[in-house]
Amino acid sequence: MRMPEPDAQTIARKDEIVRSLIALFRADEGAAVIHDAAQLRAFECDGLSAYRARPLCVVLPETTEQVSRILRYCDEQKIKVVARGSGTSLSGGALPLADSVVLGLSKFNRILDVDYANRCVVAQSGVTNLSISDAVASEGFYYAPDPSSQVACSIGGNVAENSGGVHCLKYGLTTNNVLGVEMVLIDGEVVRLGGRHLDAGGYDLLGLVTGSEGLLGIVTEVTVRILRRPETAEAALIGFPTAESAGACVAAIIGAGIIPAGMEMMDRPAIHATEAFVHAGYPLDAEALLIVELDGPAVEVAHLRDRVAAIARSVGANSVQTSTNEAERLRFWAGRKAAFPAVGRLAPDYFCMDGTIPRAKLPIVLTRMAEMSQRFGLGVANVFHAGDGNLHPLIMYDINKPGDLEKAEEFGAEILRLCVEVGGVLTGEHGVGVEKRDLMGEMFSETDLNQQQRVKCAFDPDSLLNPGKVFPTLHRCVEQGRAHVHAGELPFAHLPRL
Amino acid sequence: MDQIFVPRSEGEVAEAVRWALAGRHALAISGAGTKFGWGRPVNAVASLKLAQFSDIELYEPEELVLSARAGTSMSEIERRLAQHGQQLAFEPPDFGPLFGTPAGGGTLGGAVACNLAGPRRIHAGAARDHVLGFAGVNGLGESFKAGGRVVKNVTGFDLSKLVSGSFGTLAVMTHITLKVLPAPEESRTILLLGCAAAAAIGAMAAALGSPHEISGAAFLPAALATKSRIVSIAGAGVSVTALRIEGAGPSVAVRAETLRTLLGVRGAIGELTDVESRVLWREIRDVAPFLNDRARAIWQLSVPPANGAQVAGDVARQVDGECYFDWGGGRIWLSTVSETIETAAVIRAAVAAVGGHATLMRAGDAARRSVAAFQPLSGAEKHLVARLKDNFDPHRIFNPGRMYEGV
Repeated sequence: MRMPEPDAQTIARKDEIVRSLIALFRADEGAAVIHDAAQLRAFECDGLSAYRARPLCVVLPETTEQVSRILRYCDEQKIKVVARGSGTSLSGGALPLADSVVLGLSKFNRILDVDYANRCVVAQSGVTNLSISDAVASEGFYYAPDPSSQVACSIGGNVAENSGGVHCLKYGLTTNNVLGVEMVLIDGEVVRLGGRHLDAGGYDLLGLVTGSEGLLGIVTEVTVRILRRPETAEAALIGFPTAESAGACVAAIIGAGIIPAGMEMMDRPAIHATEAFVHAGYPLDAEALLIVELDGPAVEVAHLRDRVAAIARSVGANSVQTSTNEAERLRFWAGRKAAFPAVGRLAPDYFCMDGTIPRAKLPIVLTRMAEMSQRFGLGVANVFHAGDGNLHPLIMYDINKPGDLEKAEEFGAEILRLCVEVGGVLTGEHGVGVEKRDLMGEMFSETDLNQQQRVKCAFDPDSLLNPGKVFPTLHRCVEQGRAHVHAGELPFAHLPRL
Repeated sequence: MDQIFVPRSEGEVAEAVRWALAGRHALAISGAGTKFGWGRPVNAVASLKLAQFSDIELYEPEELVLSARAGTSMSEIERRLAQHGQQLAFEPPDFGPLFGTPAGGGTLGGAVACNLAGPRRIHAGAARDHVLGFAGVNGLGESFKAGGRVVKNVTGFDLSKLVSGSFGTLAVMTHITLKVLPAPEESRTILLLGCAAAAAIGAMAAALGSPHEISGAAFLPAALATKSRIVSIAGAGVSVTALRIEGAGPSVAVRAETLRTLLGVRGAIGELTDVESRVLWREIRDVAPFLNDRARAIWQLSVPPANGAQVAGDVARQVDGECYFDWGGGRIWLSTVSETIETAAVIRAAVAAVGGHATLMRAGDAARRSVAAFQPLSGAEKHLVARLKDNFDPHRIFNPGRMYEGV
């Protein structure tokens, strides 16, 4: 993975930059700039730990005004800035650059308002996803998007990555649940997008910023919609003799007009790995396992439970178990939720891929992935958000074995190319980051990518915010948007006109 | 209008754009043009109408996905979906009649460009939440695409969101891929009769904060209730607060019963049948209560729902008009006798006090030229909008000035 060449001059100015950043804090504020090599180690990587780099320094502001000052300084001095929430990105979104300042938002940790009348919560961007749900649990509310890292990941990071979770089939992604943000632009300007009302009006800058991976600005405050918790939730554990029959079951459930709260699939290696780890009671004879979660009023759940079970049997399910109490429901989920650590016991290292495919292509994709696994000599286990086609192959490797990391990277790239080939996309919820950056050309033409980069230019003309992420080649903004037209050309005579 | 382009292929769209680019001609971009009265008047020498570029190119009900050319009529799309028991969950309004054209004329491109949303917005989102990807032509005459055909996709910037609600000022969309969803088996509406506006907001908040998945929450004051085609509403003689429940039969029955109990303590309760329920929500969706009075200006306000009654009250004290609420009080449909800059200032001040935006939906040509149709921008946001326009359409060819002067 090649990152932009660090600027030696900037690195040479480290001491001066650190002093200037410290000086940006007033005496009564208490500067928080980490620059000691040993302390910086903690910030060298995010959740994609195969890639590491030590930044110039880390600055930890606690007010929007401080963020504004820091960005204005970095803009004037043309110093790169990498934003960091909780550092749980799986795509290297918060990977530092050697000549960058990491701007950490861990001190933005307060929930500012809980507004039940408008059914929303206003939180600083470093607040964890789960603590928003916790803050409103006593009144029976919750925040719907639930990425698996929700105990640790920050709501600002969720906005940057447009995070999903197992329930987004029914409840949507971050972008469908965010009402507003406060964001600081690279020149230090503070902008508020949206609020406690719906649809901000005018250009949907809020929608654009959501999922922009720290390339457009630094989010300091987020307003999210909260929902009342469903009265009941129930999970069914359905074993299948083949991946095809499991795939057919998913299609038939949706075809019958049922949108479950969650619908997860695991393949044989994933079933065995998790069963050995947490003993959730998964059927070991199954080639594929579905967890179908239904929620809502008890009568609705009961009604749909019977329909789902009938559909499963009609497509050849081996076994159907339905949770009869909350403890059992959680046990059914325990295996799925422990899939990553369970696979972690099988191999020293693993890559978690994140492509999305049209659901109907699942059998062919699984077959071709098994072939690749053979060819690369690396194991793969699959967990899959089956309802929305989001695939998480876990590629097992050993970073201490020469050549293994490169093989795993190539295996992963081949899977993602396959996803695009069958009509899918490179990333469903983890983001492009550095991990999938060089594959963007598989999905987008040069013109497509240029149009996206021009959006970046509108926000960050000198490309100081998180450079080296998302786009395979960096263009200078002045090169963009030049029109190759000649004034006075004759109209195109053959076009139909009225 | 010197030229009217009616392209029948993507290539012809790009050629029309390049023609405009070559001569620096402004183009009025539309689908069927049914909502062209929305926004500021566009001064263009040529128009580009996509309505003949129509076809549903892909529809896979089990994948919940539909792709169509931008000029495809919404009624055709809705008909195809209905054959498979599916729908566009954002419940797109048919604003044709609001702007004096027949019902059923709008296109998919128009629905997305205007980011349409109906009463179900509170539960299922707006058009922006259902666009999975699109292809189009930018103001340099280049064809480009963004997004994809799958629901979960964070590959690159979400340009689908940006073009949704950009009113044809950034790109000419040629193909759009949408998420579609199963249509509910049944729809029931519980009515709470005779509440004042503030009490109605409280009742709707209680319902929306319940676990009963309310998919519509509207309030009609007594004078507007009389305009409904539903006999029990028109004849109620009092205000009507309506709450919709949708879903599978047994679930709807139980939730409706629980909701009646929840609301019963707040006043007299009524209930609509499935058929009546569908008629009422169509009226609310399409702004039917205001359709017969062509002389009045119509505004759409989006505010924090709990502040709906306060905003409406502030406006009513200073401006002669009528209003009703959708989205639990978060959307206010307002019709005013006057359409002056002063009236606009009163409305925008009332919205500014609580946060939100006000859009002038329909007015006479003079007012559309003098009053900002969309919420005026300031500071950093204004600069961002201008720079985005620069980066999609640097020569200001597409619908110039429709949203903001100079954009």
